Parts: sequence; structure tokens; C-alpha cells
Amino acid sequence: MYDMKALYEAESVEHAIALRLEHPTAQIIAGGSDVLVQMREGKRAGAELISIYGIDALRGVTLDEEENLRIGSLTSFSHITRDALIQERCNVLGEAVDQVGSPQIRNIGTIGGNTCNGVTSADSASTLHAWEAIVELTGKNGVRRLPIHDFYLRAGKVDLRVEEGEIQTAILIPKASYERTFGHYIKYGMRNAMEIATLGCSVNVRLSPDKTIIERCRIAYGVAGPVPMRCPSAEAAANGHRPTEELAETFSRAVLEDINPRDSWRASKAFRQHIAVEMARRCLIKSIRKAGGALQ
Amino acid sequence: MSKHVGKSVTRVDGFDKAAGRTKYYEDRVPSDALYVRIKHAERAHAMVKSIDTAAASAIPGVVKVLTCFDVPDTPFPTAGHPWSMDPGHQDVADRHLLNRHVRYWGDDVAVVIAENEVAAMRGVRALTVEYEDLPFVLDAQKAMEEGAPQLHERFPRNILKHTDMRKGDYAAAIQEEGLIKVEGWYDTPTVQHCHIENHGCFAYEENGRVVVVASTQIPHIIRRVVGQALGRPWGDIQIIKPYIGGGFGNKQDALYEPLCAWCTTQVGGRCVRIDCAREETFVSNRVRHAIRFHIVSWLRPDGTFAARKVECYSNQGAYASHGHSIVAKAMGSFPQHYPCPNMECDAWTVFTNRPAAGAMRGYGMPQASFADESNIDDCARAVGMDPMEFRRKNIMPVGYHDAFSGNTNYFDTYNQCMDKGAAFIDYARKRAEFAADTGPVRRGIGLATFWYNTAVYPISLETSSNRMLLNLDGTVTMQCGETEIGQGADTAYAQMTAEAVGLRSYRDVHVVSCQDTDITPTGLGAYASRQTYVAGFSIRQTAELLKEKILKYACEVTRQAVHNMDIADGNIIRKGDGQVLMSLSELAMTAQYNPVHSEHITAESTYTIRNNAYSFGCTFAEVEVDIPLCKVTLKKVVNVHDCGSLINPALAEAQVHGGMSMAIGYGLSEQLLFDEKTGKPLNNNLLDYKLSTFMDHPRLEAEFVENAEPTSPFGTKALGEPPACSGAPAIRNAILNATGVAIDRNPINPHVLFAEFTKAGLIRDEWQEGKEE
Amino acid sequence: MSNQYKLVRCNINGKDVEKVVDVRASLTDMLRNDYRLTSVKKGCEVGECGACNVLIDGEAFNSCIYLAVWAEGKHIRTLEGLLGPNGELSDIQQAFIDETAIQCGFCTPGFIMSAVEILESGKEYTDDELRKLLSGHLCRCTGYENILRAVKKTMYKRLGKPIPQ
Repeated sequence: MYDMKALYEAESVEHAIALRLEHPTAQIIAGGSDVLVQMREGKRAGAELISIYGIDALRGVTLDEEENLRIGSLTSFSHITRDALIQERCNVLGEAVDQVGSPQIRNIGTIGGNTCNGVTSADSASTLHAWEAIVELTGKNGVRRLPIHDFYLRAGKVDLRVEEGEIQTAILIPKASYERTFGHYIKYGMRNAMEIATLGCSVNVRLSPDKTIIERCRIAYGVAGPVPMRCPSAEAAANGHRPTEELAETFSRAVLEDINPRDSWRASKAFRQHIAVEMARRCLIKSIRKAGGALQ
Repeated sequence: MSKHVGKSVTRVDGFDKAAGRTKYYEDRVPSDALYVRIKHAERAHAMVKSIDTAAASAIPGVVKVLTCFDVPDTPFPTAGHPWSMDPGHQDVADRHLLNRHVRYWGDDVAVVIAENEVAAMRGVRALTVEYEDLPFVLDAQKAMEEGAPQLHERFPRNILKHTDMRKGDYAAAIQEEGLIKVEGWYDTPTVQHCHIENHGCFAYEENGRVVVVASTQIPHIIRRVVGQALGRPWGDIQIIKPYIGGGFGNKQDALYEPLCAWCTTQVGGRCVRIDCAREETFVSNRVRHAIRFHIVSWLRPDGTFAARKVECYSNQGAYASHGHSIVAKAMGSFPQHYPCPNMECDAWTVFTNRPAAGAMRGYGMPQASFADESNIDDCARAVGMDPMEFRRKNIMPVGYHDAFSGNTNYFDTYNQCMDKGAAFIDYARKRAEFAADTGPVRRGIGLATFWYNTAVYPISLETSSNRMLLNLDGTVTMQCGETEIGQGADTAYAQMTAEAVGLRSYRDVHVVSCQDTDITPTGLGAYASRQTYVAGFSIRQTAELLKEKILKYACEVTRQAVHNMDIADGNIIRKGDGQVLMSLSELAMTAQYNPVHSEHITAESTYTIRNNAYSFGCTFAEVEVDIPLCKVTLKKVVNVHDCGSLINPALAEAQVHGGMSMAIGYGLSEQLLFDEKTGKPLNNNLLDYKLSTFMDHPRLEAEFVENAEPTSPFGTKALGEPPACSGAPAIRNAILNATGVAIDRNPINPHVLFAEFTKAGLIRDEWQEGKEE
Repeated sequence: MSNQYKLVRCNINGKDVEKVVDVRASLTDMLRNDYRLTSVKKGCEVGECGACNVLIDGEAFNSCIYLAVWAEGKHIRTLEGLLGPNGELSDIQQAFIDETAIQCGFCTPGFIMSAVEILESGKEYTDDELRKLLSGHLCRCTGYENILRAVKKTMYKRLGKPIPQ
């Protein structure tokens, strides 16, 4: 039995917005795998909840008219992994969210919930950053879209405006982002299931048609700082270069200029830096292979 | 030729468990039971000055708030040990139902009793506790220092107990010329049992007595402890133990049964329930002792020991619980495992401001085994010997006899076990092949051995009682106090009883699984890997008594002499020609409904066991170490056990799998962490405490060497705990073999590997160099 | 606060049912307390152990972190629903017994329900895939070994194929 003050169940996006405006201090609950756990811990005990879990319109993956991938915010991790469009156009996202917690958590957990709670360790977040996803927010004044990088304000805080009655309705991956692009994600954990990432690294590359040049390389981490982050120095080191062993070294060492992991009881800063470099290297090499290239 | 024992029959409780209808304590709680929630101290060491209960009491649904200022000042012990008539051998009585002197973060200071769960939770949150902070200490050796914070007045320098063992002349022996010294400090962590069912219980009054239904391994002992804690005659207390969802030693202790029993007496006998949350199980039940070992081995170049010195520092945590017994057992393992003429051993049990440590599967042996078997591999390396050959040379030899326990190593067990393990893992070939690995990913093979006692004789009483009733259909109902906790004891008892009585099938034995101290013959419960061994004595004896009564009655009916008859396949037969005289059912019906001599045929007896038995075994592990990622993958693992004759090979194998899994976690990932600054536990949940998951194991292989134990009525000896003993050091030694890095602490997780590989120069982060350590 | 209740209509183990439940209840609370389906076990209440696992519309969920009101209109299956009309065990339940995959029995109901989802997919999985599909359950007794064996054996039996060596 959860210690909640009241539960409001939204039946549609419009209803959710109205409930948000009516109960501005209420917490939104999607799948609940974070919110309910916190409520039980006492952190959110006695809170009012607005459940959006019942809004089926927010489920599913589609292509919009510009062929951008559109992922409804309540789409569960397991449905993302199994989705044909995802497998075809952004498979690494499906692979990344297939490493969340456990099969049951992947059935209840939603990509919207995973991003809205603003935590750096979310398995979806590094990949969404590396693929320059766009977050779609719907409020009383309509739809607002912003790059995922801007959506994360600080640890545990995202740009979701209560005065607008906003809820997150979709995450988009633009065609320009996924076209001819292949990536790889490594989750570093202390065990192989039921794990929160010690560090998550997502890399993707677009190679030149002859596979000899890295046209575009993007890399993002979870848990390398208070929010998920890209590594501009490392990307700059790789963009326009030939995929070689040396490049992989340079690239992976360059991430140290961008990341800022902290010491915590879960892992030391030095350890996170060490594995960050190694994971960047392995992710890059794997991405190049997935793109049909090879180290020269 | 045995008909029922030695067979892999299915569990007697299998159907109900597969159907999901087995009832555990929580499935039996009356729906009107009141919820008791405990306020746990948020201090590692403090005195409670006051508790403001006004806000909590005002919450709708809250029935009563009780604090550490309300409880009787009757200290009681909690360890699940048999009572001792010798006051000097009784467990330390250092517990109160709630505590004014807070000794660890999570100590119990108050309870809220409420009509529903939410009101109880809110009540606990509404309590305001005023503390007077005291300095705290988390490390055992630091707690022994002069001026360290004191936990219990009666124990200066926090030393609960110190014992030692001297053999030969250590000081003289180390003067021998040409000795090689191999010294190490080996650190083992605080870990928790993590049975999937948390501990819980409910209590109510009935006819002026207190009834407690509890998730426990030891109902009869709990009755005594509840009586002591409440200051009531033990006969006033009734304990009922239903099926439980695992115990592993945590439930071999009085946990919240005394508090629950007291709470019902404070609300007029209404039913109250205490359900530990997982977070409470980790901290406010029991943990396994973290023990630090200092070992100094003096070797001759031929690989024999001249002398050994062992110091053991056992971190008891805040309360005595099982206390010194655990490290005493750990220390005692050294001289017997690798006998050496000159030894000095010392063991200290030390109070610290951590959760209380108690029994956990292995009772000191997983710790001792990690230290000893690590040191043994270091020794082998120091003299350039293969670690298996080194063990063969030094390990407890055939014929070895321990005067204290009376145990004898009757067979060439160790070599037989190592031969089997080595064959399975392909030891020699792989060690040679893996030696060539020099890249970032390297493979290795390691092994470790152990020995283990069966039951607790002669340290404590060993007794088992048994009752058998002949039913009218010729089946037998059997009851004993040795509990089913998941290991399959009931099935083994059914097999042994069917064998001893002469029944057609083990299914013709109805083992009463639920212990009720009002009904069940006194037995001490599940611990010390004693169940099949000690119950075997009373099953044999009681079955003989039952048979005697059956045959005596049969003599009246069949007019055959008692000594000319026997029972086989559920029939009374004539020995000479095997002719069936009558079925047990006919006999039972005749006896029960005889108008002139009616008899319900039953037998009951107690057997005092005055034997013990060595159990042996080993683990072989193959690992792959990804050096840059600081990750170990266990590729292959085998345990080989000599636990005597197997009563049920399939259940035995399953039991070994579980122990191996626990040992893998102990070796690689499990550790309860505490904040150095506050003493607060950091990872007391199943996400942050790294219990191994389905994806963290290779196939687990269990093999057996069946040397029938001569002292045992069915040839069996310990198997419950032994599988948890040698896995961690085998993995440690495999990592050593793979990388050349000897790691002297477990769990060997990526953090440890990162530090050790950096120290060994296997990984170099130039960007870190020049920075301070 | 004033208590808040809601009528929840759903199908449990093949039967259409409805009950008024406290909106604060988890699905575990509702199944155990309102429907007495006590195979649904509580081991952590935060979705980390899998003991409370049930199938909702064919997928595995930890019922402890699933609000009871979300069950509205759903098809829910618990271990109780696997037993045949005359008390017969299903093949997977029998396999758990035959392969000694049960010890204390506390994780068993959750595991079997995940196994049901796996088996009903009609797919053939490798050992590694099975391990991953079952990785949402913790077990402290079995080391998972015999559970894998039970699921694998039943999978091949249903597929009508021999178990590969």
C-alpha cells in the first residue's frame, strides 16, 4: 500500500494537461518504476500523483512525414527493442534499453519516464544524446520541441513546465541523425542484469560511402557527469579522419577533456575515467564495424 | 540394499510449491492483524535522550506507540544455540526489545502499532528522536585500540572474547635455516543472506499464552528466547513455524519474534504483525562476520610447513548474537586443514558499530577458507610448486584424527575430490595453455579445498527427537523439530523413515512440515549442516521402536514370533520365506478397532548424538579476466563434495548449486557497504547489493565422492553449508593464475581489480600519474 | 486525507472479476488481499527480486510496482491460474518438480510465470537468451541451474525437438 495523498488518472493528453494545471504540486507517474520506489522510500510519501500510464495514444513508434522516428513517450523499453522501425533505423537505442534492469522493468519502464526523471544513469539517455533526439512536450499552449541536451537542466531536473501543464508526449530521432548511421552502446555494470549503469557509453558513426573516412562521429555518456553528456573534443578528434588504431586511441583519450565523473561510493572518479576511455575505444571500433568499415 | 535412500525422488513439498499454494507466514496472517513498524536509529552510536510520540499518536489508525523507554529491562541472548546448563557456556544476553543505547545505524528504538500499513509508516516518520551522539567505530582492529568508542561496558576494548591455540614451538621453529616466509593480510566483507522471503512474524494471545508464527529455522529455540525476553515461563510461549522462504543462518537467531510477542501483550493480545522490508533485512537482522586474517607461513624449499601463525579479527557488529563461535570455528579450521607441527593461532571477536553478525551458511568457514586457501596458493607460488600438488603434499592426511571432535579422516577423500575436479576442468592442460596468455584478456584456473564439521557436538548439545504414528492405511506420520527451510529436509526424512520402517514408498511417510512447539517433539532446528545426520539417529531409533510395537501386536494376530517377522514394502512378512502375513494397514486397523485390546501404534524417542563427522570438498574455477575493463568472467566452475552417502542425489546436487552461487557472489560481487563518515549502510537493497543474477553464472557443476560415513546411521554427513566454503578462494586463485596478481580481499569486484591492476602495472592511466594517491 | 477507492474490473486467471480497491494499493496488494492469490510473493517491493511477477496481457510485470487501478480492463495471470480443472500441473510446473528447480519455493511462482511468457512465445532460445529472459528473478537457493534446465526442457518439449547437447 503506497502512502499517496491522491491519485488522478489522466485519460488523454488534454486531460493530463488539465490535471497538471489543476494540481501543480502533483507528481506525474508513467510506468512508476522510479516514482513508486521513491514513494515507498519516503521521499515522495504523501504526494499526489497524476497517472498518465493509461494514455494509450502515447504508445508506439512511427515515422512522421519527414521520416523522423517518433517514439511515443509511454512506449516501454521492451516494445522499443522489438520495434521494426527502431531495429531498422536506430538499432542501438533498442539495444541500449534492452539493458535496463530486468525483463519486467523493461516491460513497465517507459522512455518518457526514463528521460523525465532526469537521472544521468538512464540507459536510454546517452544514446538519445548521441543521436541528437528531440523531445516533444505538450502543454496548454500546444507543442514545444527542444533538443534533448537542452531538456536536461541539472541532475534530476528537466525542462518540463508545470505552469504550461506540460507532459512529455514523444521523443523524435531526426532522419538526418539516423541516416547511414550506426552505433554501439556499452553499459558498464557490476553484474550482468538488474543493474544501474556505473557508466554508459554510446557512440555512432557515419562513414563515407567508401568507408574510408569517418564523416561524423558522436559520443555521449551517462554517469560521466550530473546529466548525460556529449563529448565535443572526442567527436572533433574523429570527424573527417580515417578509422585507424591511432585514431581510436586519440579519440578515446580525448573524452577525458569532456567528461566530469565524480567520486561516489558506487565508483571512484579515477575508475570511471579509466573505463570511459576503454569503453569509448571499444564503442568506436564496434560502431565502425557495424557501419561496414574497419580499422585501417 | 537400500530401497528408498540414495534415490533422486521428487520433493514431498514439490507439488504445492509448484502450484503456488504453499503457505508462508505472511499467507497466514489474519486480515485484522495490526501492523507494527519499527523506528530504526539514524545514528551509528548514540544515546536516545527522548522520543516525541505526540505527532505519531495523533495519526488516525495509530493504535499505540512504544519506545525504548517502555520495554522491560530484561536483557536476553538471541543466538540460535542449544541452551546450556553451564552458565559459562550460555550466550551473551546483551539485547533489549528496543534500545536506548543505539549501537548501529538501524538499531531499534521505537515501534508504531497501527490498524493499517500506511498509518504505521506515517507514524514512524512522525516520531522525533533526540540523540546524544557518541563516537563510533566500524573496524574490528580499530575498535580494539585504547580509547576506541566503547559499545558494551562489560567488554573492555570491545573484545567479546579472545581464544588461542598453540601447537609445538612456533618461535623456535621459525629459526630453522632456509625458510621462506609467506605473509598476508586477508580481508573478508560483511555480506547478507538474502533469502528471498524476508523475515517476519505475527503474534497473538490465546488462553493467556503468547503464540508467535514466525519465519524461523529454530522454533524450539525461539520459544526459549521469547520466554527470556518477556520474562515469562517458557511454557507460556507457543511458536509455530510454517514453510519459510530460505534462511541460510539469518533465521537461526531470534530476530523480531521477541518484539512481536511483546507488542501483542501491549495491545491486549490482539494479533500484531512485523514484516521486515528488504532494507531492514539487510541491516537489522544479521549479517555474516567480516573477518580479517593475518597469516604467516614458514616454508621449507621442498614445500613443507615449518610453522604457521594465524590471527583472526572478527567484526561482531553491535550485538553478540552467535558471537565468538564463528571465528572460533574459523580459527579451528587451520590446524586441521593443513596440519603443521608448530602453530600459533589467535582469534578475537570485537564489537563495532555495524549491524550484528550472526550465523550465515558456512559459519566462519567461507572466511577462513578464503584466507587459508589464498595463503596456500601464495605459498605454492613462493616455492614454485603447482598449487594442487602443494595441497596434495600438505593437506590433512588419511587417518588424521582430531582429539577434540573425535573426527577421523577415514578415506583418501581430498585426493579423490581433487582428481574429480581436475578432470572436469581439464586442469593440467588448461594451466599449461593459459600460461601463454599475455594480452589484455587472460585466462586462468584456480582451486580451493575445505573441510567442515557436521553438527555442533562436542561444543554444544546435539539431540534429536522424533515421533512416528502408524496410520490406519499403513502409512506413517513423522514429526521432528529439525526444520524444512527449503533444503529438502522433509523429503530426506521421508526417504529415511520409509527405509527404516520398511514402507512401500517414501510417499507413505507424511512428514509434518510445520513445527509447533505445543506439538512437535523438541528438536533444535536447521543449522550446522546437521539435519540429515542428527535426524538420522532419531529416525533410526524411533523406527526401531515403532517396528517393535508393530511386530509385537502382529505376534498376537499372526501367532508368529516377533523375531521371525519383519516389515518390507508396507507388509509384515515372515523372515524365513518372505511370505506376506498381513499389510501394515490391516495391522493398524486390527489394532485400532480391536474391542478388547485397542492400540494406536505410535513411537517417540530422543537420541543424544555424541559424534561428529568431517565433510570435505573442493572447487575448481576457470576465469577470463578482461584487464582493461577490470572484469572477471567465470567461465567454468565445479564443486566436488564428499558428504558421505547421498540420501537424494538430485536434492544434494541442487543444494550444491545454491552454495556455489552464494560463493560466486562472495568471491566477485557481494558486500554490504557503510559510509565511513556516518556509519550508515549504503547499499541495503537488492539493486545496490550485488547478489549474482541469472546472467552472472556459468553452468554450475556439482560432483560427489561418496565415502559412507561410518559414524552416521545412513552414512551421511554435512552438505548444507559446505558448498559455500571454497568457491571464493578458487576464483581468487584463478585470477592469480590468469594475471599473476594475488588479491587478498573479497569480493574481487572491478574496483578492487582496478586498484590491484594499477599497482601491478597491468593498467596505466598516465593522466592519473603525478596526482596524489 | 479522505480515502479514495475505485472499482477495478479485470480478468484474472480467465475469469472476469471486479472489486472496489483502495487507489493506494499495488497490484500485489490487490491480488493477495482482495483475491487471496498468495502465490504472488513479496521479496523486496521495489521490483528487484521478481517474486511478485505476474503476466499482464501476456507480459511479465512486477506487481509490487504496478498500481492496482492500472489493472482495469487487463488480463492478469498468476500461478494459481496454471493448474488444470482437476488440479493437474502444467508441463512447466511439473518440470520445476522433476528438475529439482524448487527449494524454498518462494521465488518459484514468479519464475514460472516468466517461463510461461517465454514458452508461449513459441520461440527457440539459446541458453544465454533464456538466462537473460529469466534475469528479472533472484533466487538464493538454486543458483538458477535447475531452473534453466526446467525451462529449457519444457521449451524443447513444446517445440517437439530434442534438447541439443
